[in-house]
Amino acid sequence: MSDRRIWGLLAEFDSPEALIHAARATSVEGYVCFDAYSPSPLEGLSEVVRLRRPWMPRIVLLSGLAGGTSGFVLQWWISAAAYPLDVGGRPLFSWPAFIPVTFELTILCAAFGAVIGMLMLNGLPAPYHPVFNVPQFRSATSNGFFLAIESNDKQFRLEETLRFLESLNPLEINRIAP
Amino acid sequence: MPVLRQLDPLERPSVIGENVRYDDVNLRIAGIVTAPTPKGWLIGFGVAFLFVMLFMAAVTYLFARGIGIWGVNVPVAWGFAIVNFVWWIGIGHAGTLISAILLLLHQEWRTSINRFTEAMTLFAVACAGVFPILHLGRPWFFYWLFPYPSEMQIWPQFRSPLMWDVFAVSTYGTVSLLFWYVGLIPDFATMRDLARTRGKQMLWGVLALGWRGSAHHWKQYQMAYLLLAGLATPLVVSVHSIVSLDFSVGIVPGWHSTIFPPYFVAGAIFSGFAMVVTLILPIRHFYHLEDFITIRHLDNMAKILLVTGLIVGYGYLMETFIAWYSGNIFERFMVLNRILGPYWWVWALVVICNVMTPQVFWSKRMRVNLPVLFAASLAINVGMWVERYMIVVVSLHRDFMPGAWGMYSGTIWDWSTLLGTFGLFLALLFLFIRGVPMLSMAELRELVPSPRKERK
Repeated sequence: MSDRRIWGLLAEFDSPEALIHAARATSVEGYVCFDAYSPSPLEGLSEVVRLRRPWMPRIVLLSGLAGGTSGFVLQWWISAAAYPLDVGGRPLFSWPAFIPVTFELTILCAAFGAVIGMLMLNGLPAPYHPVFNVPQFRSATSNGFFLAIESNDKQFRLEETLRFLESLNPLEINRIAP
Repeated sequence: MPVLRQLDPLERPSVIGENVRYDDVNLRIAGIVTAPTPKGWLIGFGVAFLFVMLFMAAVTYLFARGIGIWGVNVPVAWGFAIVNFVWWIGIGHAGTLISAILLLLHQEWRTSINRFTEAMTLFAVACAGVFPILHLGRPWFFYWLFPYPSEMQIWPQFRSPLMWDVFAVSTYGTVSLLFWYVGLIPDFATMRDLARTRGKQMLWGVLALGWRGSAHHWKQYQMAYLLLAGLATPLVVSVHSIVSLDFSVGIVPGWHSTIFPPYFVAGAIFSGFAMVVTLILPIRHFYHLEDFITIRHLDNMAKILLVTGLIVGYGYLMETFIAWYSGNIFERFMVLNRILGPYWWVWALVVICNVMTPQVFWSKRMRVNLPVLFAASLAINVGMWVERYMIVVVSLHRDFMPGAWGMYSGTIWDWSTLLGTFGLFLALLFLFIRGVPMLSMAELRELVPSPRKERK
């Protein structure tokens, strides 16, 4: 049974290496709902923490294609259908001249896709999150290395998980209020 | 080659000072923002702001009287406004090169200067974007350039490079802003967590969007950042190419040339790096950032100045060669007029500043000599402005019919607007270095040895 009175347990480690080691151990122990927090991305964590929603490349590709296509179609429609200008009998659908704007709109929409996609997949903006309830967590963006095991993990049992975290030799363990 | 290494004590200095510890990154870079305002900053910002006022005055008078107050007239209908536009937008290109292309090429040294140069890009694009609008004559109708369903049932002409320019520059500005902001999110979170007062926590908190630095966040973040870099790379090449098409699609001798896109892109990066050097040397000095912006950075930037300077020189050479080789009498006259005509001094300045000056960087000793580097970067900034003057004004003033020839010079309002944008650019930069961490703390932490916290 998971424990609902707290959101989880937060352990602080003294170095990035200790955090990576702890995250590995947590994963081996069978926990799934856990996360590591560090001031900078840590290479060693990427194999331990599985990417939950690996959709970023698709989002960027689709938004880029959407931008480019709509830009191209808009230029065709304007130049050939809505406002045809006969300039010495030159073709109305002069597609090579439409490529620069099509390209720019592809890039523009793909870039928005990357930024908005990154924020959405990360659940941001999120002004409130339970981990912020632990005062020590402030250092997670400057020099602290934290591991949080969430209470909604199937394997989470307060006493056992606490004992497990202690075995990883952290600096400090805190309960996270929901 | 150990022998060579002994001879050269400056061989590959590190990208970050040796004694920088993990916490120094926070303390020293966030410290610039949290410390009380230095007196020098107030003076510098004050001076820049005076020039912003000059800009406002010049623009107000322009709106009241129209572009007749400028020096432009037939045959030179494009003058300072276009010269300034091309110059400013070119300066921006170095920022994107550093932040995007050098990221994709795994150039570690970009890390400590990318935030700053991205900000430079943004402000340079802002200064550039003003000029085409001011030059419209009826600037309040600038929105006619965008395709929107108007009651006049008129649509823009998408076959014109000037339309492409609108899309290129606005996309460039927007993507640069996105890239810059995404890079800032983790640092905003650091600022939020270092802040002591509620108001500051709220302010930084809103900007940080709730960033927690979780491993999941970082993964998505790195993916997005890499994709943005991949998108910005072709974008930056396209922007100055399209700017060059504004000229080369026209038939004026001196404009109608296929070498323009690569030649403009190289020139943009050349002038942009010169501006980075001009700005970074004083900032490095006044904010004591020698540990983060090392000799290695300056050396590398000088090398890029040399390479891009050589490409620009090749562009000049090819223009001259093609004028002779094409057998076109107008092209040939254009080149002779450039070198020997009434604007000979423009050409001379271009060659001295852009071709001869960077040659000093063949010498390692000169590349790491700060006064030389600074002086050369100033000369290149001037030279690149004058180069655009040569392309715009000198090509136009004597084109096909001798009966339609004329001379051009900027009026006091032209100069005031140019000086005013210097003020605008510098004032924005002053606000930036005071207001947000000017080096990327999140990225710098990856370069320093990993920390170990003391047990209590």
